[in-house]
Amino acid sequence: MNWGSFGEFLAMGGYGLYVWGSYVITLLLIALELALLAARHRAALRGRAEPRRQRD
Amino acid sequence: MLAVNIEISLKDVNARNMAGNINWFKYSSPQSFYPLAGRMVPWFLTAAALSGIVGLYVGFFVAPTDFQQGESYRIIFIHVPAAWMSMFIYVVMAFWAAAGLAFNTRLSSMMATALAPTGALMTFIALWTGSLWGKPTWGTWWVWDARLTSELILLFLYVGFMALQAAIDDPRRADKAGAVLALVGVVNVPIIYFSVQWWNTLHQGASVSLTKSPSMAAAMLAGMLIMTFSFWMYSIAAALMRVRAIILERERNTEWVKAI
Repeated sequence: MNWGSFGEFLAMGGYGLYVWGSYVITLLLIALELALLAARHRAALRGRAEPRRQRD
Repeated sequence: MLAVNIEISLKDVNARNMAGNINWFKYSSPQSFYPLAGRMVPWFLTAAALSGIVGLYVGFFVAPTDFQQGESYRIIFIHVPAAWMSMFIYVVMAFWAAAGLAFNTRLSSMMATALAPTGALMTFIALWTGSLWGKPTWGTWWVWDARLTSELILLFLYVGFMALQAAIDDPRRADKAGAVLALVGVVNVPIIYFSVQWWNTLHQGASVSLTKSPSMAAAMLAGMLIMTFSFWMYSIAAALMRVRAIILERERNTEWVKAI
């Protein structure tokens, strides 16, 4: 185990800003991509009904 | 009524040909691949999440502190996997683009289009984490050296590919134009990979290579490889999710899409 306390874990030996700045942004971007993908899929499912309605 | 009957019988003939003579092409039709991809996505997402948890545990709690860089080196567990994936995805994207160009298979081109945003994301993560690693170790966020510059060019290639395809209305023409760009840009990948050998750069050389044993602690290497597996599984899941949306968008006027 590398860390004596949660505070030490967060501090990352004084490099907390750089380490957590990397990990948090990466996780946020991946979450954002997944959300955008789900939204695009839903939009595509909605979009396919439109031409049929126009033809009627 | 007659027209409908003819359409159905033609479809039967096509299905029989696909199933009988050229079975391995069955999943090259968007219609067959759409449900298959849908079944695969949860597996890849689960593999990515589980291996990601294990990889982060190894990276933060098993791997020791680096004697030179202290804790700042722990950025490696996302920096290197993202950088590897950024190059690997580009090669796979160029492969599908080339296959689409050569065989005129729609799904191949759709795969190339689906990979580009995830590849761009991996490239951005590699640059972002590299910058946050460079500040404490090199004293600068950015330097115009060979490794960093060629990786930035990779980001521009991804963005250029997406912008070019978005600018062309006809999807088949967009596929072809994008494929040419993707294929020309593939020369950049070996330039990135070998840049630390060919030029005198600030970026360190490879810690892991196929020709010599890794120059790092076993737990560090294990964490890095597990995280690479996680990023790999995530990239496949994201590309499959995107290709499903692209299939629906492009085939929205077909009967099978309306019937979903």
